[in-house]
Amino acid sequence: MPAQAPLLSGRQAGRRHRRADLRTIIFRRCVLAVPVVLGVSLLVFLLAGISPFNPLTAYLGDRYVQASVEQRQQLAEALNLETSWFSAWLQWIGSALTGDLGYSRVFRQPVTAVLSERMPWTLLVAGTGLFLAVVSSLLMAVRCAYRPGGFLDRAVGAGATVLQGLPPFVISLGLLGVFAVAAGWLPGGGLADPGAELSAGQVARHMVLPVLATALSQLPWLVLSLRTSTAGIQASDAVRGARLRGLSERTVVRKHVLPAALAPFIAVLGSRLPEVIVGAVLIETVFSWPGLAAAVVSSAQALDFALLAALTVLTTITVLAASLLADLLYMLLDPRVTADV
Amino acid sequence: MFSSRTSSPATSGPAAASVLRQVVLPERSRAGKRAGALIGAAVLAVIVAYAVFVPLIAGTDQKLTDFSSARLPPSSGHLFGTDHAGRDLFVRLASGLRISLLIAALCAVLAMVLGMLVGAASATLGGRADRSIMRCIDAVNAVPHLLLGVVIVAMFRGSVTAIVASIALTHWTQVARIVRAEVLSLRGLEYVEASYLLGRTRTQVLRRHFLPAALGQGTVATVMLLPHAIWHESTLSFLGLGLSPDRASLGTLLQEAQTEVMLGGWWALAFPALLLVCTTLAIAACGNGLVSTTAGRS
Repeated sequence: MPAQAPLLSGRQAGRRHRRADLRTIIFRRCVLAVPVVLGVSLLVFLLAGISPFNPLTAYLGDRYVQASVEQRQQLAEALNLETSWFSAWLQWIGSALTGDLGYSRVFRQPVTAVLSERMPWTLLVAGTGLFLAVVSSLLMAVRCAYRPGGFLDRAVGAGATVLQGLPPFVISLGLLGVFAVAAGWLPGGGLADPGAELSAGQVARHMVLPVLATALSQLPWLVLSLRTSTAGIQASDAVRGARLRGLSERTVVRKHVLPAALAPFIAVLGSRLPEVIVGAVLIETVFSWPGLAAAVVSSAQALDFALLAALTVLTTITVLAASLLADLLYMLLDPRVTADV
Repeated sequence: MFSSRTSSPATSGPAAASVLRQVVLPERSRAGKRAGALIGAAVLAVIVAYAVFVPLIAGTDQKLTDFSSARLPPSSGHLFGTDHAGRDLFVRLASGLRISLLIAALCAVLAMVLGMLVGAASATLGGRADRSIMRCIDAVNAVPHLLLGVVIVAMFRGSVTAIVASIALTHWTQVARIVRAEVLSLRGLEYVEASYLLGRTRTQVLRRHFLPAALGQGTVATVMLLPHAIWHESTLSFLGLGLSPDRASLGTLLQEAQTEVMLGGWWALAFPALLLVCTTLAIAACGNGLVSTTAGRS
């Protein structure tokens, strides 16, 4: 078929072009990430430098009063508090490049050890919660898309609107009050019951409420954005055409509406990641879950700069990576989008 | 991105609308938005009146402790119940709300000033300066705002200035983006060109044409920022990094609610949470109404 030959090669050329686009966007974002990460870490050290708080008092607590001047001096030298914030930052960058992130004063162990110990717990709860939110929002949006403006659609819209006005910690406290205190069905905090051995069953029971809180705090945003985009797609010519061809409502929703709604959904998902992290900070604090996010609060309260800087930089890298990933997926799903950033 | 979306589905094809616009501002009938905005404004008026007048006219002081009536459930004597020290929550919540609203308003105004100046300046300067300013904004946005807020507040514990600064410094970027876009759309217009041809400097054009023209969009962006600011303050205070616990605010009240809930005192959580939701949703509804009015004008 001679008519198809140029079309095929054109498509191939398009694909090659597309791959070049993807490479460009990855390269540019990675280059851009370097000054951002440097700037963020510099900001943390600058703030620590101009802060009126003395980290030594935070470190020693009540013992600060008992310590002699020489002892304080020695400790300040040992903790490297004498240098200016800028040289402290330079040192930090230097050692961070070799894999040494310093020593956490709150947890009294190296920062890398804190990170590797707590990261899995955060990933477990935040990942499961987000997964749950994504799956249930897709299911709900499909049900709603069958009858836009119907009872279910309006109920979901109203419920999600109210839910999105609730901060994650209020949702957590509400769940805690209902399921842990009033009903007593589920444990209210920690990884395992006090005295009990750390087992999969224990963790599974204890993670129900934090996971539920994560899912509930992300669900409204995802559902509402999906509803908005499906509503727009329902009115598009493509879908109207599909209906006119006599396709069943089910086919129209599954084959035409949902795939088209997926690309903007992924963009929203990428832009929601900072909020997921913020939610994790609050949820882990409420449920005393020993994850990384809860460590943000304890390191901030104890002015543990080394850990705080590491966590801030780690979060920044995660957010940048997620937004890059979301953009790449968007470009792959929607050929009309081109790399202009 | 905070916007309330309610039921009515889009009926017109949003072909020209970008994805972001679809997500942030769903298509909704103008009348529906106006009704929503009116309801929002009414609810907001009631809430503000409650926050302003209840502490003034209430016979009891919000700091008055009375341990004989601690942890009472809601009744006709104590509409919202009492807390662990026997303080009346109806009065205490009103004064907490007042502080939270004040802080939020202060943050929003600061963020608006900063965002308008940076956004308008960036668009006026154009070229390399504009690009580097936008990259800086991207950098600020790359850090989760709460985390940056936590870092700032942790270093300057307990001061209201630190809280206000931490919220304003993390939220101005949205205003800046919107104002920049607005100014960019004005830049090529004839009256602006004429102004330059008359020999006006960029600063003069910025002051006389760009800032006044962008004020509307800037205000809308600021209103949309208010719910964020309220959330942010309550979150920081909830984490014990914001206001000191003896100062009632939505955040400190919710922090106290954490222990109360464990003891079965649902009212300590329910009423502050309810007020928080109503306030943020009412402001968001007003903001959406404003957006549709300004969108209709241009």
